[in-house]
Amino acid sequence: MQGFSLSAQVGDILWIRGANGSGKSTLLRLIAGLLPPSAGKRNVNGDIALADENLGLDSNLPLEQALAFWTGLDGASSERKHQAMQAMDLHALADVPVRYLSSGQRRRAALARVMASGAPIWLLDEPYNGLDSANAVRLDDALLRHAAGGGIALVAAHQSPRINVADTVTLGAAATVMVS
Amino acid sequence: MVLVAREVRLAWTGGGLWLPIIFYLAVATLFPFVTGPDKLLLAKTGGGILWIAALLSSLLPIERMILPDRDAGILDQLVVRGWSDELIATVKIVGQIAAFGLPLLLATIVASALIGLPEGRLLPLMLGLALALPALSGLGVTIASLTAGLQGASALGGLLLVPMAVPILIFGAGTMDENPGNAMQLLGATSLAMLALSPFAAGAALRASRG
Repeated sequence: MQGFSLSAQVGDILWIRGANGSGKSTLLRLIAGLLPPSAGKRNVNGDIALADENLGLDSNLPLEQALAFWTGLDGASSERKHQAMQAMDLHALADVPVRYLSSGQRRRAALARVMASGAPIWLLDEPYNGLDSANAVRLDDALLRHAAGGGIALVAAHQSPRINVADTVTLGAAATVMVS
Repeated sequence: MVLVAREVRLAWTGGGLWLPIIFYLAVATLFPFVTGPDKLLLAKTGGGILWIAALLSSLLPIERMILPDRDAGILDQLVVRGWSDELIATVKIVGQIAAFGLPLLLATIVASALIGLPEGRLLPLMLGLALALPALSGLGVTIASLTAGLQGASALGGLLLVPMAVPILIFGAGTMDENPGNAMQLLGATSLAMLALSPFAAGAALRASRG
């Protein structure tokens, strides 16, 4: 990935599209600070929450406790955790160990972890994968609420957005798109 | 503290603690079957055998130290929150000492009784093991970080750790001498050096494995 520039403002939802291997996940990991850029600069103001292919939850803990670990570390309130679980319809699974969740439930759990963190910047890598239509609508609503509350969301997804977004970035084989 | 407590909980609930301790006690139980009931021989060799057993038992949890958290994305989540890889490695080392230390020392009391170690040898053995624990934990976490994600990581980890732990074993055996003072000091120095260096080595390995 070369010659890439991206800027997001408060309240923006940016949609990042591209074929497999075009660098969507790499871009999110660069922004998250998990990968260093070989050249250029990353300037992020605010805490980041990332949901990617890895769940990021203790597999042996019941779901609610696994989420509580991160909210405790983030200093987020228990109320925020309950709101996040409610937003992704996870209350019925609160006592189920994470390792027993289905792939769609695991995706919802990872999204709830992001929502519960209180971080203003959400980085979501293929968040709609494995979600049924009802839960996809829940995620749409959560994204809109987050943006309306002054948050920023970068969504890497195959599909076109069904909600109003600030911008859509399409990555090619060698990304040279400039957005600001 | 939350993360250190998590490491202790994982060790207690995930088998990372009990398996090494059971292995340690099993060696102490089986050794007299090999040597026979010669009390003098057991008294002379028992301390060294317990040192080797402690070293090998510290190998067993290597595969559980880093790999599960790496695969689950827990390490990534910590980095996203601004934790440095060195700090994560430090937490892992402290957690390993906290989880493994007390049970190993308690098991040593039982193991020394099983092997017929003279009473005067128990205290130096426990003190020596306590001094060596930070070095063994630092070495274990460093090697676990280096081999995380590699095929055959467990066997490779063992192959790497055993030769690197030879100085610890030599100084440890020295603590069973009549005058263990110098060996104790060297063990303490080794542990301090490992505590200072291993977070950086393990942190660099974690960072490299992410790229």
